[in-house]
Amino acid sequence: MKQLDEIQRRLLQEVADLHTVPEGAYNIRANGVSAARAVTANIDIVTKTDKPGIDVTVKPGTKNESVHIPVVLTESGLKETVYNDFHIGRDADVVIVAGCGIDNCGNQDAQHDGIHRFWLEPGARVKYVEKHYGSGSGKGKRILNPVTEVWMDENSTMEMEMVQIKGVDDTERTTRAQLKAGARLVVRERLMTHEAQRAISAYAVELNGAGSSADVVSRSVARGESYQKFDAKILGNAPCSGHTECDSIIMDRGRILAVPGLEANDVDAALVHEAAIGKIAGEQLMKLMTLGLTEQEAEEQIINGFLK
Amino acid sequence: MLELTNLSFQVSDAGREKGILRGVSLSIPDGELVVVTGPNGGGKSTLARLIAGVETPTGGSIVFNGADITAASVTDRARMGIAFAFQQPVRFKGLRVLDLLRIAAGRRLDISAACEYLAAVGLCAKDYIDREVNASLSGGELKRIEIATVLARKAKLTIFDEPEAGIDLWSFQNLIQVFENLRRDIRDSSIMIISHQERILAVADRIIVIQEGEVLRQGPKDEILPTLIGTAAAVRACRQVEQGGAQ
Repeated sequence: MKQLDEIQRRLLQEVADLHTVPEGAYNIRANGVSAARAVTANIDIVTKTDKPGIDVTVKPGTKNESVHIPVVLTESGLKETVYNDFHIGRDADVVIVAGCGIDNCGNQDAQHDGIHRFWLEPGARVKYVEKHYGSGSGKGKRILNPVTEVWMDENSTMEMEMVQIKGVDDTERTTRAQLKAGARLVVRERLMTHEAQRAISAYAVELNGAGSSADVVSRSVARGESYQKFDAKILGNAPCSGHTECDSIIMDRGRILAVPGLEANDVDAALVHEAAIGKIAGEQLMKLMTLGLTEQEAEEQIINGFLK
Repeated sequence: MLELTNLSFQVSDAGREKGILRGVSLSIPDGELVVVTGPNGGGKSTLARLIAGVETPTGGSIVFNGADITAASVTDRARMGIAFAFQQPVRFKGLRVLDLLRIAAGRRLDISAACEYLAAVGLCAKDYIDREVNASLSGGELKRIEIATVLARKAKLTIFDEPEAGIDLWSFQNLIQVFENLRRDIRDSSIMIISHQERILAVADRIIVIQEGEVLRQGPKDEILPTLIGTAAAVRACRQVEQGGAQ
C-alpha cells in the first residue's frame, strides 16, 4: 500500500469516516493513482484499461458487504476525470461509500470529476454514500463535478446519500436514473455553501416501470455570497410515484434557485414537488436563546440539526 | 426575587400610541408560585414576554435577584436563571426532542435523565426522545415537550405563558400534577404562570389580576380566587375533566 501523508489521511477521515484501512472491498485513489485496494470473494475491483477508473462487480446474492472507493487530492493543479462502473448482481445487498476530499494549498485549481455508473440487476439493493470535502488555504479552486448514472432493473432499490458541507468552491452534480417496474430510488442530499461557492445539482429520473418510485429530497444552506441551484426533474412514464423536495435556508447574501420539473406521461403517475426557501425563523432563534444560547450558538444548532 | 417597577409597554396602532401595559409594579418573592390572570387582551402574556426579554419595555424597570435586567438580552436573562415556556411552541426541522432537552439542561443529559422530563409531562419517553421537533408532532405533544424543556432548565424563575393552551383534555390533569410537583419542590425558586384556568389558579400561593394593562388586584389565593369564580379570569375546564375523565 502506498503511504498516505497526514493531509491525505485527514481527507479520508472526512469523506469516508476512515481512520484505518476499511473492512471489505476498497480502492483508495490518491493524487491520480491507486494507493490501496482489496477485493473479497464476492466483490471484485478491476482497473479499466481504456480510461482512468475501475469496474466494481458484486456477485449475485452478496449480502451485507461494503465497498469503499474514496479519492483524495492534495496536488494543486491536478485535474482528473475518473470512470467508476458498478455492476450489482441479482438480489445483492451492499453499501458503497464513495467520496472525494481535496486539499488545495496552491494557486492552481484542483479538480476531480467522478463519473459513477451503476447497473442494478433485479432485486439488488444498494446504499450509496458520497461525501465531498475541501480544505487548504491556496488561491486555487477546489472543483468537483460528479456524474451519477443509475440503471435499475425490476424491484431493485437504491438509496443515495450525498453530502457536501465544506470547502468545495464549485460543483456541478448531475444524477440520472432509469427505473423499471417496482424499482425504488431514494435520494437525500445535504449541502452547505459558503463565501463565493457555487453548487448546482440536477436530477433527471425516469420512472419507466409500473410501481416504480423516486423520492429526491435536498436540504441545503447557502451562506456568504454563495449560489445554489436545485433542478429536479422526474418523468412518470408508467403508473408510478415521484416526489422531489427542496428545503433550504438562506443566510447573509446567499441565493438559491429551485426548479421543479415534473412530467407525467401516464394517467396513473403521481408526481409531487415541494420547495421552501427562507431564512432561519426568528422565533426559532428566540426559543433557543431563552434556553441560554447566544444568537450565534442558536444559529449553529439550527443549521446542524437541519443538515443532520 | 423578581421586582417590576412601573413597567410599561406601548405599541403604535394606526398612528396612535396604545398602552398594552401601563405602569405595572409587583414582586414575586422566592419560594412562591404566582398565577397571573385576567381577561384576554389585558396584557398578561406581554408581561411574561417582557420578563423573559422576548419583548423590550417602553418604560419602567425589571430587577431580578438584585440585578437590573431591564436592558439585558434574552440569553443573559436565561443564563441568570429565567426560564420561559412559550404559549405557542416553536418547531425545528432536524432538532430532536433529546437535542432540545440537552440544550435546555445546558449539559449532555443522559437518556434516562431526559426521559424523566418527558415522563413528567405524560409522554412515553421512548416514543419521543428521538423524534424531530417538527410538524409531525401535534400541537398538544409540542406543548408538552415545551414544558419538559423548561423543567429541564431547573431555573430560579420559571414563567409559563398559558400552559393549558393547546393541551388536550387527557393531558390537562397531568399538567396540574406538573404544577403541583413544581410547587412542592419549589425551595428558593419561584414560578409565574399566566392562566385563567380555575384548576391552575387553585395551585397558586398568590393571584395577580391584570386588566387593561394594570394590576387590578392581587393577594393570597384564598382571598382572590373566590372573587374570580364565574368570571373570565377563572374558567373551568370542561366537565369531562372535572369528572375525572383525565388520568
